[in-house]
Amino acid sequence: MPSHISRDDVAHVAKLARLSLDDSELDTFTAQLAAILDHAEDVEALDLADVPPTSHPYPLVNVLRPDVAGSTLAPDAALAGAPQAEEGRFRVPTILGEAP
Amino acid sequence: MTAPTAIELAAAIRSGERTAADVVDAYLAIIDEQEPAVHAFNVVTADRARAAATEVDRAIAAGEPVGPLAGVPIAVKDNLCTDGVPTTCSSKILEGWIPPYDATVVSRLAAAGAVTVGKTNLDEFAMGSSTENSAFGPTHNPVDLSRVPGGSSGGSAAAVAAGFAPLSLGSDTGGSIRQPAAFCGVVGVKPTYGLVSRYGLIAFASSLDQVGPFATTVADAALLLEVIAGHDPADATSIPQPAPSISEHLDDGVAGLRVGLISELMGAGIDPDVAARVREAADALAAAGAIVEEVSVPAVTYGLSAYYLIAPAEASSNLARFDGVRYGLRVDAPTTNEMMVATRTAGFGPEVKRRIMLGTYALSAGYYDAFYGQAQKVRTLIARDFATAYERFDVLLSPTTPTTAFALGAIEDPLTMYLNDTCTIPTNLAGDCAASVPFGSDAQGLPVGVQVLAPALGEVPMFRAAAAIEAAAPPRSDGSTGKDAS
Repeated sequence: MPSHISRDDVAHVAKLARLSLDDSELDTFTAQLAAILDHAEDVEALDLADVPPTSHPYPLVNVLRPDVAGSTLAPDAALAGAPQAEEGRFRVPTILGEAP
Repeated sequence: MTAPTAIELAAAIRSGERTAADVVDAYLAIIDEQEPAVHAFNVVTADRARAAATEVDRAIAAGEPVGPLAGVPIAVKDNLCTDGVPTTCSSKILEGWIPPYDATVVSRLAAAGAVTVGKTNLDEFAMGSSTENSAFGPTHNPVDLSRVPGGSSGGSAAAVAAGFAPLSLGSDTGGSIRQPAAFCGVVGVKPTYGLVSRYGLIAFASSLDQVGPFATTVADAALLLEVIAGHDPADATSIPQPAPSISEHLDDGVAGLRVGLISELMGAGIDPDVAARVREAADALAAAGAIVEEVSVPAVTYGLSAYYLIAPAEASSNLARFDGVRYGLRVDAPTTNEMMVATRTAGFGPEVKRRIMLGTYALSAGYYDAFYGQAQKVRTLIARDFATAYERFDVLLSPTTPTTAFALGAIEDPLTMYLNDTCTIPTNLAGDCAASVPFGSDAQGLPVGVQVLAPALGEVPMFRAAAAIEAAAPPRSDGSTGKDAS
């Protein structure tokens, strides 16, 4: 039985991730994600209170480059792959309920 | 007839014995004939390849200096940006997108004179171990067309195994170069994290991703790594030092080299034929003068669980950029939020959705400490256990994969598929380097890969051991075709 993640959890996570799932997808993904999280119980069960986390292989801090102007992507090139562009900008549908 | 190596081709072209144009035509002819059965490529860039080859021939005729790969054909994984050539990550969400710039590794290939013949198929966004997650259909293993080539860089491994190019580039986040190399019987290298620029590599899990070479020989892989490695100011995680000299050490031998066989990766879950080949490779190293012992690296057994929390967490963040605004697919809807939901729902395949949701869950309030935080601590344990082992050993040895190549469609359960990465994942979590070298076959004639692991920036001892294993490798038993692989 799924011990970690419920159908409602999956629906919530899908909403956060901007994905829409139908009922059968919700069932399938819930069972699959539960199995994967069950497998992770070995890690969940370890006592690691004194172990620091590693977020990255190397402890890099503040990688800087010389403050010199370089070449960047031209606006036309940056916009060339956009589904919709207008007046040098990316065009999107209505946001915040405003009229287009 | 054995296909020439990249080094042999480059020498023949530089000396005028062959022209780059003839060479690329010969490879394009093999592609024409066999690509329909293999499906290694998302796109074959024949015209561009011929133009690049012609330019190499012109430069050589004019007596101009040319790079170390001048005229050598290469296939490039389709998650590396190529200026003017579609780059899809084998996803519907990027279908038809043409990048406005080259990845650093692609620029370095061009500067070295290499001739890119096409972009290779992969599991969508490099998420998978079989290339069956491609939105454009699976790649078939050239050794046995009924089997998977491995993944996610299955197209790149298959391209080299099929003789479509002597070299290819892949990317490796949890084994995506080494596992397909093992399945297809070619050499594959995951370099030290930060040795090769990630600029222009479409990100899956940024703290784990690394670009690396496929080749038919260890020496060819070393040459290609030398071409693509070295500091890149465009990648903040790039190690600020020049590319290492590896090729000059390939003949150094392994006398006195300390080799540890990882106990935890030689027992349960490992196919007996695979384990037997790895022990034979260890014996061969010992016979060549290496000091071989078993070593315990206990935390590697937690690698899979930690990886499948960390990599999806990073992916859920990285793939948020695919929202129908700046590139790729847009599914129209009345509001921007609805457009983003419709676009992502239509554009991503099931495995990508699964990992995005898994990562979103692992990072969400209430679960962060139990999952993502705990996995990051396990990452520390794995790095520590490797560091302890590397106090006593120069390199470590294990199988690359628990089994040889499985049949297309044979594994449907995601967790079962993830188990393919058991031996390769720990290296990515530690940021170290590792290579897969072909070493004989199983009872069915399918290739076996031996994995050589080394600490961060331990490429030289890793390649020395790899070269010795290659020199001692038995020929693959004649299970099936593989006629173009060498």
